[in-house]
Amino acid sequence: MRVLAAMSGGVDSAVAAARAADAGHEVVGVHLALNRMPGTLRTGSRGCCTIEDSRDAARVAGMIGIPFYVWDFSERFKEDVVDDFIAEYSQGRTPNPCMRCNERIKFAALLDRALALGFDAVATGHYAEVVRTPAGSPELHRGHDMNKDQSYVLGVLTGPQLEHCLFPIGASAAKAEVRAEAAERGFPVASKPDSYDICFVPDGDTKAWLADKIPMRPGLIRDEDGAVLGEHEGAMSFTVGQRRGLSLERPAVDGRPRYVTGVDARSNTVTVGGRAALFVDALTGIRTSWCGEPPADLGRGEGAAIECEVQIRAHSEPVPARAWLGACESEPPASEFDVPAVRPAGQLLHVRTAEPLTGVAPGQTMVLYRGTRVLGQATIDRTARWEEGGAAPAQQPEPAGAGAALD
Amino acid sequence: MFAVRAYFDHAATSPMQADVLAAYTAELTRVGNPSALHADGQAARMRLEAAREELAELAGAGSPSEVLFTSGGTEADNIAVQGLWRARNAQAARPRLLVSAVEHPAVLETAEALAARGAELAILPVDSAGVLDLAALEAELADSAERTALISVMAANNEVGALQPIARAAELARAHGVPLHIDAVQAFGQVPLDFSALGAAAMSITAHKLGGPVGVGALLLARDAEVAPVQFGGGQERAVRSGTLDVAGAVAFAAAARAACADRPQRTAALAALRDRLIAGIEAAVPQARLSGPAGPGRLPGSVHMVFPGCEADSLLFGFDAAGFDTSAGSACAAGVNRPSSVLLAMGMSETDARSAQRFTLGPTTTGAEVDALIAAVPGVVAQARAAGMVSAEPAWRAASAERPATPTGAVGR
Repeated sequence: MRVLAAMSGGVDSAVAAARAADAGHEVVGVHLALNRMPGTLRTGSRGCCTIEDSRDAARVAGMIGIPFYVWDFSERFKEDVVDDFIAEYSQGRTPNPCMRCNERIKFAALLDRALALGFDAVATGHYAEVVRTPAGSPELHRGHDMNKDQSYVLGVLTGPQLEHCLFPIGASAAKAEVRAEAAERGFPVASKPDSYDICFVPDGDTKAWLADKIPMRPGLIRDEDGAVLGEHEGAMSFTVGQRRGLSLERPAVDGRPRYVTGVDARSNTVTVGGRAALFVDALTGIRTSWCGEPPADLGRGEGAAIECEVQIRAHSEPVPARAWLGACESEPPASEFDVPAVRPAGQLLHVRTAEPLTGVAPGQTMVLYRGTRVLGQATIDRTARWEEGGAAPAQQPEPAGAGAALD
Repeated sequence: MFAVRAYFDHAATSPMQADVLAAYTAELTRVGNPSALHADGQAARMRLEAAREELAELAGAGSPSEVLFTSGGTEADNIAVQGLWRARNAQAARPRLLVSAVEHPAVLETAEALAARGAELAILPVDSAGVLDLAALEAELADSAERTALISVMAANNEVGALQPIARAAELARAHGVPLHIDAVQAFGQVPLDFSALGAAAMSITAHKLGGPVGVGALLLARDAEVAPVQFGGGQERAVRSGTLDVAGAVAFAAAARAACADRPQRTAALAALRDRLIAGIEAAVPQARLSGPAGPGRLPGSVHMVFPGCEADSLLFGFDAAGFDTSAGSACAAGVNRPSSVLLAMGMSETDARSAQRFTLGPTTTGAEVDALIAAVPGVVAQARAAGMVSAEPAWRAASAERPATPTGAVGR
């Protein structure tokens, strides 16, 4: 195959590209320039996007002996990832920009260009596996190293995209194995630190970065009953589940810590409550997509629910759940079992977890699994309290942001 | 993967020919700092001065003292722009600095840096072919010549190959008593240049664009030009440029310049013929392709620059590279990323067209067979790049979902 290896300059994508070349593929390396004004040197725990990272990637490509290019996707990245990130936050939501980048840049804009330029696949250094069913259709599975598993951030991939994905290190036992292999191959990036921060937030201070982009309006912090507990400098810098940075004037009556339980961008109100108020067990998702074939037994309505697991953060524990499709809110379904393959559709996905979850914020992605297999994903639009006995999500009052999302 | 390669990036750097390489390596085996007083030092000095004399003659300097060796074009540009500005604005009476909009970053960024320190920077516009607007220069000078420290205009543009009206610019500068610096890095060896006849205050040249080694260049500096040094040390070159002199570099530079200037009319005519064959071949193969910069005699003999609408420059470069041709996507920044060129934007080109450009530069090693092979490769590469689309356009998956009304999440609406 002709394989385009996306090389961030990190150790994982370096080994992935080398393995693809070893496997006999005709490999070309490409570094995506995602920032219009890249920094010169790497700082902190950012693992990409500086000129130093681009040079690292080029050096590794040279050692593997493959052609290498830097392609400028900064304009697309700004529109589809950075602006989206800001817009989501300004709506009081908590987006995952890495998923957006996978969905719209690496496995969309880059993949499109790769296919047009005669490549068969894009290879990345993600810890995940593409497995073929006996019928030949691709399935996405967790990486073997559960500590590094990145299948969550790939949950946005669809079947047609999976057809052209290569994850050469997904079957590795552990990150240490990948590092050892990089060292063995003589790659100078073998001991480069892992990246954790959002690549376009220079010093990892997302709140300060956002404050620069979103006009901050001071507003009120209220408790669950509406009583004013304090003031904030701007609602969108808060995330459901957040405990720090509330600076409340009065302590809670019960003396226990309080958490952000709601962020209403329209009324600019932050609601806080006790930990119990964070427990949810019903999630409603929008922009649903399926990672390959959707589960055959999935249907519309709670009666046609499937058993699965749901994961709401990149490294949170999956919890057992039931999931079913809801109505299409924004348009009539094309057919009874209309399952959209692309994101911006109004097909709702309802999930009821077997145990309550905490810290679930609108805008987060929920990824459905069955064992190691990724079934699909949806963006969490609203949640329902565990205490309230789990009334059907459709009957819940519309939370902040939902109106904008479903217009 | 690449069986045969053809080099079409001479404007970036041009290969060293055998005689230059021989002169260079022979000199590298010799010892002696030309500033040392012993016999080996004196011998090195003799060889250095011979090179200086030769370059002075080839570039039309009034005397060898007007040739200052530097580490290359960028350093020469910096000494000229910074040095002239600092010397002339020492009393803060001449803060103005006039530079054309299509200057190389070595001039433009230097000017911007001076602007950040108090210079009044005026960017002179160019026409749609990338040629300096002389009327704008004249108006600037009529308005504020007495407050102007210097003018900097290149002899030929590095991207689109446009030759600049430096003789007229020099006349205007002289008439208003303002020193002119000419960045002749691309032009030297390709077009006739006579420093004395032009009457400019300074002119930058470099070795590796005409087949000399990288790392050596020169600033031609008129005897009466006042320049403040930008770096300090032993003051080896007229107390303006410090640093141990690179005798081997100077000798090879002179050898390369000698070769480039020896039979220039015949060589450049042959080069221009190959250039025109390439332009005609591309235009015939891809009717939508458009030549940037002046046609015919107004451009460097080895320079071809085309816009291929609907093609991302990155995709074009990838396609040509894979087919065995070294080309350039235009100006490359430090990360090696293709950006819409400020030169093309200054020419009034749209950002989209500026992203769709490819530069092919020919040199002494280019053959007719290579040009024909490149012409033959153009349709396939362009078709592939066009299929890959523009990054700024809608991606295929989004277009595929067009039959569904999108449900925007948040204010961005995508």
